[in-house]
Amino acid sequence: MALNDDYLDYPLRRHGYDHERYAWSMLSERPTVTWPEGKTLAVWINISLQFYPLNQRGKPFKVPNGMTMPYPDLRHFSLRDYGNRVGIYRVLKALTAYNITPTFAINAQLAEQTPYLVQRLKEHGGEFIAHGWNMDHLHYGGQPIEEEAELVKRSVDTLRRVTGQPVRGWLSPAKHQSFNTPDLLAENCIEYCADWVNDDMPYACETKTGCLTMMPLATEIEDQFVIGQNLHSEDSWVTQVKDAFDFLLAESREQGGRLFALNLHPWLVGQPHRIACLEEVLAHISGHPEVWQAPAGEILDAFHRAGEQA
Amino acid sequence: MKESLGVYDYWAYDQRPKITWPGGAKVAFWVAPNIEYYELDPPLNPQRNPWPHPHPSVPGYSIRDYGNRVGHQRQMALLDKYGIRGSVSLSVALCEHHPEIIQMCRERDWEFFSHGIYNTRYTYGLSEAQERAMIRDSMETIHRHTGQACAGYLAPALSHSERTLDLFAEVGEELFGDKGGLYTCDLFHDDQPTPVSVRSGKRFISMPYSLEMNDTIVYAVNKVEPRQYATMLKRHFDRLYAEGAESGTVMCIPTHNYQVSCPHRIKAFEEALEYITGHPDVWVATGREIADYYLANYYDVALDSIAAQAATASKQG
Repeated sequence: MALNDDYLDYPLRRHGYDHERYAWSMLSERPTVTWPEGKTLAVWINISLQFYPLNQRGKPFKVPNGMTMPYPDLRHFSLRDYGNRVGIYRVLKALTAYNITPTFAINAQLAEQTPYLVQRLKEHGGEFIAHGWNMDHLHYGGQPIEEEAELVKRSVDTLRRVTGQPVRGWLSPAKHQSFNTPDLLAENCIEYCADWVNDDMPYACETKTGCLTMMPLATEIEDQFVIGQNLHSEDSWVTQVKDAFDFLLAESREQGGRLFALNLHPWLVGQPHRIACLEEVLAHISGHPEVWQAPAGEILDAFHRAGEQA
Repeated sequence: MKESLGVYDYWAYDQRPKITWPGGAKVAFWVAPNIEYYELDPPLNPQRNPWPHPHPSVPGYSIRDYGNRVGHQRQMALLDKYGIRGSVSLSVALCEHHPEIIQMCRERDWEFFSHGIYNTRYTYGLSEAQERAMIRDSMETIHRHTGQACAGYLAPALSHSERTLDLFAEVGEELFGDKGGLYTCDLFHDDQPTPVSVRSGKRFISMPYSLEMNDTIVYAVNKVEPRQYATMLKRHFDRLYAEGAESGTVMCIPTHNYQVSCPHRIKAFEEALEYITGHPDVWVATGREIADYYLANYYDVALDSIAAQAATASKQG
């Protein structure tokens, strides 16, 4: 039996997008942005600190990098926990060595349960952004809005309380959202969201209560994507990150400000055999006169200031 | 269901009339940028899910949007640099959603061929009338927005029916006579164009498009490292160039602006383009140009050769 004829109806076939969240534009056609002090490439180093529960529900799908074996999957549970116990301290040393001010995306439940870790991250310096409750509390289409609203509020409130920071940014677990997520973020005074990887610059997103800014945090050069999902070597990851950085730096010189956003996972890149690869990457991106390394919120502020001046 | 689609005959690579491309070229080289639109909340198809997760599948949707917002311009700058006019495999709804991209391609005299309406609407489950209407819509949309008589087809998301090639050839003939509906990119059986028999008897061919060199297959399915892709492209070219001295071959690089144009990958793509276009006996062409040349010069001798081989085979049998 054939499909109903409405399978060939296209009610949203129109100029722009098939949704109302943000406006259509090509990066190359927008007014150029210059970062503070005339810099052309903003560098955002994001450290994702995550808790993967052993009793994973997998609702509505098993989160990537989560439990895969029959309960209790101790191998994946403890290997992910490694990042919060050991890997992060190695990563912090590397960040210090290269004078990086990072952005910490941390699951609120983890932040609540590890006060020492939060204290150390605060002492190191950097910005905290919300990363949902934990890696088994996904945001997804079809999720009751009351349930998601409570989840967003609990995550943001908890993180604000335990860090003492305003918490302006958000990264969804697995970068997954429902159709309501941007509205719920704005209702909780979240100013920017890192989930949508569709640009190399920030851009405005419409919500019911005002404007949210999308700050794309590239997926395809993440350690977990290149090494964990694609099974490339750590050496290849270094090459890919360097190539991406070099390209964006060159493009920023010729075409105007760009954002280089690198997301890292201490459970992966904090392993003894990989940490030198992170150090190699940090060395590579350091020392360029056109580069401005800053936390994501500062990059957002500079983006808004540049827009006001334009 | 059929054991074999049965639209072309067996035709051994070492028993064919010699092809020489214009200017004595050994390889006809074309680049086919797929410019696609994936919907955020498409209707479900019983046979294939458009997204792996409940809608909105932000990771998948947003990286494809990256291709149109950022990647397209990067790839186009490279094709300009190496003197290549793209042959666009087009989700034709892009003419409505993002006409600015279409305009840039038109200014460069690129070719547009049909890749369906959206890459999230599949052929599976369509009746013949529905599939014909979808194909007609796609060809009319291209004509309306670009003035071009659509010559080629790559079914949306490579979703087919048994009738797909017949319908495309028929609609092309109805709309544009012998100017439209000339080639399909849906068959991966050869490194040269080959005749394809369609039920209307139209002169119709398969154009080598290469799944193996397709960046999405390379990167997203086979998980290849970016620099290895450059090596693969160069090796692929080297062998087709060498064989092209005996009889002309076709090399296609099918691309996606959300794959090759990512900052960690574009250098590898440029390296391959520089290498390939740096050879003297390369005909840099579009899909239609290759199809027109083949139909005018080799289609008939190909049919004779295929018939002669079939006759020999039946005698031996």
